Order: sequence, then structure tokens, then C-alpha cells
Amino acid sequence: MSHDHDDHGHAHHPAPLAPVEARVAALEAVLVGRGLLDAARLDEVVARFEQDFGPLNGAKVVARAWTDPAYKARLLADGTAAIAELGFGGPEGDHIVVVENSESVHNLVVCTLCSCYPWPVLGLPPAWYKAPAYRSRAVREPRTLLAEMGTVVPDDVEIRVWDSSAEIRYLVLPQRPAGSEGLDEGALAGLVTRDAMIGVAR
Amino acid sequence: MDGIHDVGGLAGFGPVEVEPDEPVFHADWERSVLRLLLAAGAAGLHNGGRFRHSIERMDPAHYLSSSYYEHWLTGIATTVVERGLADVDDLERRAGGRFALSRPDRGTGCELAVTESHEPRFAVGDAVRVRAWHPRGHTRAPRYVQGHRGVVVRVDGVFSVPDVEAHRDDTIGNPTYSVRFDAAELWGDGAEPGTAVHVDLWECYLEADR
Repeated sequence: MSHDHDDHGHAHHPAPLAPVEARVAALEAVLVGRGLLDAARLDEVVARFEQDFGPLNGAKVVARAWTDPAYKARLLADGTAAIAELGFGGPEGDHIVVVENSESVHNLVVCTLCSCYPWPVLGLPPAWYKAPAYRSRAVREPRTLLAEMGTVVPDDVEIRVWDSSAEIRYLVLPQRPAGSEGLDEGALAGLVTRDAMIGVAR
Repeated sequence: MDGIHDVGGLAGFGPVEVEPDEPVFHADWERSVLRLLLAAGAAGLHNGGRFRHSIERMDPAHYLSSSYYEHWLTGIATTVVERGLADVDDLERRAGGRFALSRPDRGTGCELAVTESHEPRFAVGDAVRVRAWHPRGHTRAPRYVQGHRGVVVRVDGVFSVPDVEAHRDDTIGNPTYSVRFDAAELWGDGAEPGTAVHVDLWECYLEADR
């Protein structure tokens, strides 16, 4: 295991790594050789993630909650079940809790230890969500971080950070924009951004 | 373990760098890594705790200088070697160069006393304190909350304790809770006013705060 540092006697100047593409191909060849990886079949699964999972799903959930008070109540009581009503679910979506923004509360989601994220409603996470800058600062200085990212949360609005360190995945229910009273559910969904459902936008 | 992955509260990483119109995958190899993850999971090579810990054991310099999909690659490769399906020489021969793996697993299973438990010991509103034990193995109690006081705001279901499943073949179930920490409890005088952090924690991590 410590091969890369100890076995060749150049502990402080290890050889450069093989290109990442070559390392991926090497590991894939091992698993194929062991009969553990069927690339064509897995490509179908990955394509399904790419096509079926994404923030448009979350936007539909939010727009439904904005227009249907009974749905919103169910969503806040049991996010997973209410999201399943719209046909969304799957890996990283088995236990979703929805947290609601209000005039006095702004919610922000992070995973400080890794990259936990509600795939069925938001898709695979963007690189910045998985990078140390966001993960380290979201819990330590959320107000400063949000302002830096273009979202100034007024001082009288409490910021609630949710570190998804266990099995629950979080989705933020943003406030319905002022002036959107005349819009139907489909048009409202078009106003909902991925960033608002993570909480880095308001 | 208090590893490089446990970054909550660290300073010095600079601004968040957002890539406009970021694609789901930046290159085909990233898609291939997701395939590797799915294959390894389907083959039973790892579970959630074991997979995460295979990444947490990465050399810190490699962890910080590589992308998240490279973390996955390194963790899966480490598991494949630890399971005896390949050795590092084989991987390096195939890759045509050095193939960095993670460091050895120093964990023993849960380093706290833990028994199967399905009846929540705590309720919403209870004051709790996170134990401070800084294990050598895997845990989901981030360093920044260990030893700190909070209040239970939600009781969730029973889930496999990751500290156990990351290192052992058996599993132990425990209720989990969302615990709210005032920012001042975590960061003292440096806390931002009007902020609180909620962390999801297994029951065995917690004790009553009397």
C-alpha cells in the first residue's frame, strides 16, 4: 500500500503519476478481466443518470410546492415520498429532507466530508461543490461565502447550514419570487436554479 | 480519522471557483470512473463506509491536487488491491507508470462502544454533546463538531454505523439525528452572527449533555 513512497527509495521525489486516463484504463482492464465490469451495460446506467437526473427535476418539485399547499406540506413532512410522487428517485435519493427558506431563514447545503448530494433531483454535483474551498468555508463563514458568491443574506436572516454527513440528502425549497403570481407551474419551474436548491443563491 | 478529507472549518482554500456551464463529465475518463464505482459496488467490493474511507486514506498532497473523480479512482483501485484482485505492480504495468494508492487502513471497526439499537435514545429538543475520540478509522463525526454541544432537531431512521461497516464484515444499526450547533459553540468569538450548523450524527457518537 505504501508502495508509491517506500519501495523505490525516493520517498521525497516519487515518480510522476501515469496519466489519469491510463490509470482508469488499467483498473478497468483488471475489473473486466475478473468479470466484474460490463462496460456496455454500465454505460446504459450512466446515460440514465445523465438524462434522467438533473436540476430540472428539483425545479419541478419546487414549482409544485409553490402552487399546491397540500403538496408542499407533504414535501416538508416526507421529502422522499413527495418527490417520488413526481416520479423522481434512485441512488443518493433514498432519504431526502427538504428545508424551506422564509423571510427569516436561509438554508445552505454542504457535505464537508465528501460530496453527498441528492442526485435524483439535482443530478451529479458540480466540481465546486466537491472542492475543499466550498466544503471548508460553508460551515465556518457561510455569510461571507454566500456574499462572495453573489448572494448577500441580510443580517436579520438566520443562515442554517446543513452538513449532510450521514444518509440524509438535502434540498432547499427557495421562496417563491415576488411578482410571480401570474405564472403557472411550468413557468415557475423555469425560474428555479440549481444554485437556489443548494442554497448558494436565494 | 482526522484526515485531509475532513475540511469543515479549515481556512486557506481561497474563493470557490465556479465553472460556468459545467458539463456533467469533463472527459470520458470521468464517466469511466463512475462506471468503475458502479461495478465495484455491484461486485460487493465496498459499501458506503469502506468506499469513503478508501479515499480518506489518500496521501494528503495527492488528495488536494486531484479532482474528485481521481479520488474515486484512487479509492476503488486501493480496494481492488486490498481485496487481492490485483497488485500495484500489475496496475502500474498496465498504466505504464506510477499508480498512487491510498495508505493502509488503520481502523479496527467502531472505536466507540456500539450495539444494535433501534429505539432512539434522544428526542427533538434534547441537549447532546458529541463524543471526542478522534478515531484512527472511518467516522462521519466531523472533527469540527467532536466535543461540542448541540440540540437534536430531527430524529431519523436506523442506519448502518459507517465506522463499523468501513472496517468489518458485520454491520450494526443505530438511529441517526440532525443536531443543531450554534456557530459560537463551534467557532467561538470568530463565529458569524445569526448562523447555525446542522450535522447528521449516529446515536453512538452522542451523549446526553447534562
